[in-house]
Amino acid sequence: MAEVPVRGRFHRIAETDRPPVSITVDGAAVTAREGDSLLVAVLASGRTLRQSEFGDGSRAGFCLMGACQDCWMWQADGGRLRACTTPVRAGMDLLTRPVDETLWPLPA
Amino acid sequence: MAAASMTPATIPRAIVVGAGPAGVRAAETLVAAGLRPMVIDEGMLSGGQIYRRQPANFGRPHETLYGYDAEKARSLHDAFEAIRTQVDYRPETLAWNLRENVLHVVTNGVAAALPFDALILATGATDRLLPIRGWTLPGCYSLGGSQVALKAQACSIGQRPVFLGTGPLLYLVAYQYLKAGVDVAAVLDTSPFGASIRALPDLAVRPGLLLRGLRFRRALTKAGVTVANGVVPLEIEGDGEVTGLRYHAAGGGDRRIACDAVGMGFHLRSENQLADLAGCPFLFDDATGMWRPEADGDGRSPRAGIYLAGDGARVLGADAAEVGGRLAALAALADAGMSADAALVTSLRGQMATLDRFRRGLATAFPWPATLARSVADDVILCRCEAITAGTMRETAEAKGAPEVNRAKALSRIGMGRCQGRYCGHAAAEVLAGARGSSLESVGRLRGQAPVKPLSMATVKADTL
Amino acid sequence: MSKANQADVIIVGGGIMGASAALFLRQRGRSVILLERDLIGQAASGTNFGNVRRQGRYLHQLPLSNRARDIWLRMPELLGEDCEFLQSGHLRVVYNAEMAGKIEAYSKDSAPYGLDLEMISANALRARFPYLGREVVAGCYDPTGGHANPRLTAPAFGRAAVRAGVDVRENTEVTGIAKAGDDFVVEARGQGEMRAPVLLVTAGAWGGKLSALFGEPVPIAVHGPNMSVTEPLPYRIGPTIGVSTPHVHETVYFRQVKRGNVILGGYTRGPASNETNRAAVLPENTLGQMEQLRRVIPGFANINIIRVWSGVESYFADDMPVMGPSATTPGLYYAFGFCGAGFQIGPGVGEVMAELIDTGATSTPIEPYSIARFARA
Repeated sequence: MAEVPVRGRFHRIAETDRPPVSITVDGAAVTAREGDSLLVAVLASGRTLRQSEFGDGSRAGFCLMGACQDCWMWQADGGRLRACTTPVRAGMDLLTRPVDETLWPLPA
Repeated sequence: MAAASMTPATIPRAIVVGAGPAGVRAAETLVAAGLRPMVIDEGMLSGGQIYRRQPANFGRPHETLYGYDAEKARSLHDAFEAIRTQVDYRPETLAWNLRENVLHVVTNGVAAALPFDALILATGATDRLLPIRGWTLPGCYSLGGSQVALKAQACSIGQRPVFLGTGPLLYLVAYQYLKAGVDVAAVLDTSPFGASIRALPDLAVRPGLLLRGLRFRRALTKAGVTVANGVVPLEIEGDGEVTGLRYHAAGGGDRRIACDAVGMGFHLRSENQLADLAGCPFLFDDATGMWRPEADGDGRSPRAGIYLAGDGARVLGADAAEVGGRLAALAALADAGMSADAALVTSLRGQMATLDRFRRGLATAFPWPATLARSVADDVILCRCEAITAGTMRETAEAKGAPEVNRAKALSRIGMGRCQGRYCGHAAAEVLAGARGSSLESVGRLRGQAPVKPLSMATVKADTL
Repeated sequence: MSKANQADVIIVGGGIMGASAALFLRQRGRSVILLERDLIGQAASGTNFGNVRRQGRYLHQLPLSNRARDIWLRMPELLGEDCEFLQSGHLRVVYNAEMAGKIEAYSKDSAPYGLDLEMISANALRARFPYLGREVVAGCYDPTGGHANPRLTAPAFGRAAVRAGVDVRENTEVTGIAKAGDDFVVEARGQGEMRAPVLLVTAGAWGGKLSALFGEPVPIAVHGPNMSVTEPLPYRIGPTIGVSTPHVHETVYFRQVKRGNVILGGYTRGPASNETNRAAVLPENTLGQMEQLRRVIPGFANINIIRVWSGVESYFADDMPVMGPSATTPGLYYAFGFCGAGFQIGPGVGEVMAELIDTGATSTPIEPYSIARFARA
């Protein structure tokens, strides 16, 4: 179980009075804001989005405009989401590590 | 399947890809001529990257979001709202492939094949990147990404960011962060100060913009931000995430700055994959060291029905993109036998010439640091997607004899990842050219391959077109 | 730079067939010039799916395939690299009882050729490969099957050939071939005249143009495989899997490489040209193959493909290659037109051709592939 980081990588500097949205990241409850991209939702309280597949460490996105593809996250159910272009939705259940091998890829 | 023959009696089926400055002005021009173009855009809202809009429940005014460009942003947004019902607008839609004058798009997981008579590609640009040791660490973002965080999400990429690279965006983003109250640690420009002096004659054709750049720089210096030219970036430091940046200063000596984020970029590169898939020939542009799809001054490509506008054709900036969008639309109309306002075309061409001179000035003032790219150390990751190092690229050139980038890609996987070489392609070509002791042009360019961006396996075909 | 323009054998076409034949001929002491119009392994050899399978091949091709398998197993010692050959197993799956009967019959018929295939029922399949979809009703498994990286394999043979002393000339397009006395005289741009008493044509889709020069035109058709690759994913799938079906649109085959990407293709192909050296991926084929892959592994529905590609492949209507000596011209040999199924047998083809050229005979039966079959037709 990942520990819950004390503070996020991204810092909100305005527009902070938007309604809260609850999501789950690595099994822990995280509060985001309506209108957040998934990337911002995760990084406002977390430090990373994903692991490089090739053993060179974690990644936290790069271009934020859907071009570099370095922010694809796993959902707990095996789904894939590009964090920078996906609006956050309540109830999203996300992983910053690859999906559990016992859960993927099983028949739907 | 074949495109219907275009005569003045037939209304051509026109598609515009991109809803930034070039795409919006192209669509507006087509609408004014009586067409109902389709507008395909990946974004949720029009505006593109430069005039990107914030989500509907954000409340900051245009002045806060776009600063000096608030009026232009408002004008572009209003222009699109004005034609909104007169175009077939498809937001959140990826144009993933193009073949024989049929554009293939996917919207919410549903694929459609869209035949066209005229296609205006206004696909924009992304940051051009130079790999630096540590640039894959969490906390490192592109300059454009740093700006998106601020503009579209009211966030900073860290508490104490360094901005690194070269180009007008470097100073603009740093200034925007400063104005937003962020503690900017430093602005490090790889271009020597002398370069901007040499560029003055060309830059002076747009004195307003020249002054604006100087104003940004002055504001940053006045706020106590370290602004340095001619730096050689050495390493983005950190054990698992960014904690500092080391660089070699122009006056000599290595410096270290503590920071928790780096925004980096070296001017821009075009998103020209669709032009490539359309079969447009590309030519090498000596001034920028980049390949660009061939087009005449109005954006007409040698491929019938394919028109190019804005930064996706060549990086000229937002103002030129608006002019280019109009010119490309007028070219498409003229080719369809629909009369165009000759005086307007002449005026637009004149504006474009001025803007092009300014672009040359920018290329002189903010040169691509080719030498730095060629000297990237062997253990530095070039290709973020596949984690391929510069050393692997050199081995591909030396031990495996790859003479050009596509062969190097086949043998090393460089540029084979999710981003398809967008962020490593230029530097990888420099490393290959360096290893072979040859020119950048001689190692060629990565050929475009569909899909333009990742395509979900869940995609289903639309029942009808 | 002075290169001898005389050799024992000139090989035209540097794909996996030509490059491996060059290496094996050199190992038999023959001097070889290998001519390739582009780069080694750039056409069909470098763009195919990468299947290293024996299961499903025509029975008459299994001796050749077995011979190739022995070479695949000693790739590291032969080439100094493994070309990412992975003996992952190969699984054929079917959607109905009729096809189950067919793959079961094949498993029996192929046994005398040394294949040891295992029929697996629906329940046992799902126990072993729990990701398979409900439509899959039976499968046949070959533990010796697997896959390798086509982008790396022919170039690795090419480099090994160079190390062994083959004169490999890339970017060398042949402009003319004639026979003068006992020698073939080959002209290529910038190379002057090259001479050899033996000429081996391993020119893939371009082979027919050369055989026609010697009075042996062939009805060769040119198509491109339509391939895709996904983003890297956790390594879970194991065997190469293919759907066996009489319906072309239903075919899909796929393999997961150790780095995690899933490579997929099908028998839906795209147009290709040996004039432009270009082959197209039809967007509808990509979408169709994705749809079919979802039937086999429904859990793949949410992953992404990140790239598609094709290459110039050559086909004959009887689904057999041209392989063996010319019927008109002494000293002339052919090995081309492998109908989208040449990768696994490639090194075996090289070895057989080397043996045939060196000794005048081969222990591997290749009679069905004689170019004379078109003259008879």
